[in-house]
Amino acid sequence: MRELRYCEAISEAIVQCMAEDPSIFVAGEGVDDPVGTHGTTKEATRLFGRSRVLDLPNSENACAGVAVGAAAQGMRPLVVYTRQDFMFLAMDAVVNLAAKWRYMYGNKGGVPVVTRAVVGRGWGQGATHSQSLHSVFGHFPGLYVATPASPADAKGLLVQALRLDTPTVLVENRGLYQLTGPVPEEAVPIPFGRGRIARHGSDVTVVAASLMVHEAERAADLLAGQGIGVEVIDIRSIRPLDETIVCESVARTGRLVVADTSWARYGFSAEVAAVVAENLPGALRKPVRRLTLPDCPAPVSMPLEQAFHPNAGRIVEACLDLLDGGEVELSAFDDVASGVVGPY
Amino acid sequence: MSSTETQPEDTPIDHRTDLLRQMLRIRRFEERCAELYSASKIRGFLHLYVGEEAVAVGVTHALSEDDALVSTYRDHGHALARGVPMDAVMAEMYGKATGCSRGRGGSMHLFDVRRRFYGGNAIVAGGLPLSVGLALGDVMSGRRRVSACFFGDGAVAEGEFHECLNLAALWQLPVLFCCENNLYAMGTALNQAQAVTDLALRASSYGLTSWPVDGMDVIAVAEAAQRAVEGVRAGAGPCFLELRTYRFRAHSMYDPDRYRDKEEIERWKQRDPIDGLAADLRAHGELTDDELSGIEEGIKKELDQAVAMAETAPVEPVEDLTRFVYAERPR
Ligand SMILES: Cc1ncc(C[n+]2csc(CCOP(=O)(O)OP(=O)(O)O)c2C)c(N)n1
Ligand SMILES: [Mg+2]
Repeated sequence: MRELRYCEAISEAIVQCMAEDPSIFVAGEGVDDPVGTHGTTKEATRLFGRSRVLDLPNSENACAGVAVGAAAQGMRPLVVYTRQDFMFLAMDAVVNLAAKWRYMYGNKGGVPVVTRAVVGRGWGQGATHSQSLHSVFGHFPGLYVATPASPADAKGLLVQALRLDTPTVLVENRGLYQLTGPVPEEAVPIPFGRGRIARHGSDVTVVAASLMVHEAERAADLLAGQGIGVEVIDIRSIRPLDETIVCESVARTGRLVVADTSWARYGFSAEVAAVVAENLPGALRKPVRRLTLPDCPAPVSMPLEQAFHPNAGRIVEACLDLLDGGEVELSAFDDVASGVVGPY
Repeated sequence: MSSTETQPEDTPIDHRTDLLRQMLRIRRFEERCAELYSASKIRGFLHLYVGEEAVAVGVTHALSEDDALVSTYRDHGHALARGVPMDAVMAEMYGKATGCSRGRGGSMHLFDVRRRFYGGNAIVAGGLPLSVGLALGDVMSGRRRVSACFFGDGAVAEGEFHECLNLAALWQLPVLFCCENNLYAMGTALNQAQAVTDLALRASSYGLTSWPVDGMDVIAVAEAAQRAVEGVRAGAGPCFLELRTYRFRAHSMYDPDRYRDKEEIERWKQRDPIDGLAADLRAHGELTDDELSGIEEGIKKELDQAVAMAETAPVEPVEDLTRFVYAERPR
């Protein structure tokens, strides 16, 4: 299969879906800029023009509601946020309206507002420009939340979102945009709620989303050299959540690590741990380990920031800890995100 | 507030020359930051204020030490003009423990409560409600102080802008709204974001006294701000200044700036606030070449020292990573 970069896969999904469905339009701050949101909206602007690729003023609050209104009568807005942090201003329309629309108004139709939100971490982006908020959005019934980790999933999950009738938030880690991988030429949807086993292994299960899938894979590679089998589960969407794939794996391995770029309290990692506790009492040979952000905002200071972000090295440590496996040389690899430097 | 840390209060310095010096100080600071950024000494965000210096210098000149100031992510010029020491700002850019925010906030989150500098704010329009709240606090506790707030033309598109102008006018609060209209919000031109681009007119519709000011002329800014502050302090209600300016450089270091044509940028550079004032002072015999190089030398010395201090300053210990998320003792 031909290879595409993650950002190209997104661009291709947008263009193909817009060609087949005239109700789709793209809206966001700077989407029509020559750079085109990390290259993802450039081609759509070139092909469909500014009548279908709308540059939004800094009006996140109103625009989120405008998207719901447009969706209520048949349009399919694809709203883009250059930082997910800015979505706090859009929360009312997304949470109080879009997520509740179908249920609250007695199932008279949906508002399929599709949101792409860029998240990033590292290199001094700081407290208000590096938050991964999938856990926040995952809290609300009525929303789907997808976290594509590969170019193929970036395309397939976006295609799926643009064909369903449910508001969806797709979280894109900017550390992944240059990642290449095989991507189908056609617009083939990937269903939500179906995780993927990224690495097979029988000793410990690592459940991860988005960027952390790659950190987990690096950890798995390294531990494979020590004869330790790590099963890496790429959850793909955190709502709906593939409980089956998690439970089947943990039933085999008896050990669970959850690696996540959001906080532990009330987060994705808490949810996965709860699912295992509810469904597999007694299956764990050791308590679950959660590798998340420490309980503080993101600092700019370099050493503090390095201590802040969970990475492959810490996944290795956690796995070894669960296996009483001693120590291993970690200098062999770096944090995936350490390849992402500014400028910002 | 025209004095800074290193400039003793009683130095007899000509008023217009001092404004020039302050603008140059900001310009040179930021030019150095851009170099340090390319050398990866400074990481993260860097939004330069080059071209807009007359706004920060003119407005802060009209404020007294007691007044409050709220900033944006383009905050270096605001902080320096307000008197936040250059070494504390530079250390913050470096993420060092001696930075004005302990190295935790970085370029977009400069902060100095002693100088009532209530922060760079990385969310567009996020500072406006803060300034209204500061003013409300003053009124409720019977203090006669002004709260000034900088924000860009992009902030006018946010709901908070409109809510805040209304609240300040409704409650007649002592707020000075300073809109830095540089015609662009990242790549979006003002006329692509606003149906009515006369922002002073927009503000007046909320019942605020407002007027446009040539933001490339520091004397015009200082005089307008003086007049505005007098009214606000006297209890005449909030005031709005639309400071018409331009950024000479890209939005941030990430921005390739392909949305503005070069001619437009060049046209504005002809109106460089620093060159303009320097030429005027020279023409009036108020500034000699020697005096100008003296000013430059003084700035260079201060800057070199700030960089040297930032280079060798300690970083916060990693053990403190999760400290100060919550108060460690009651207020
Ligand atoms: C709520 C929010 N939306 C979007 C952004 C991204 N952003 C950062 S600066 C900026 C442009 C703001 O322009 P303006 O207010 O005119 O200030 P300027 O950069 O021109 O000084 C945008 C959109 C943000 N920081 N906060
Ligand atoms: Mg602007």
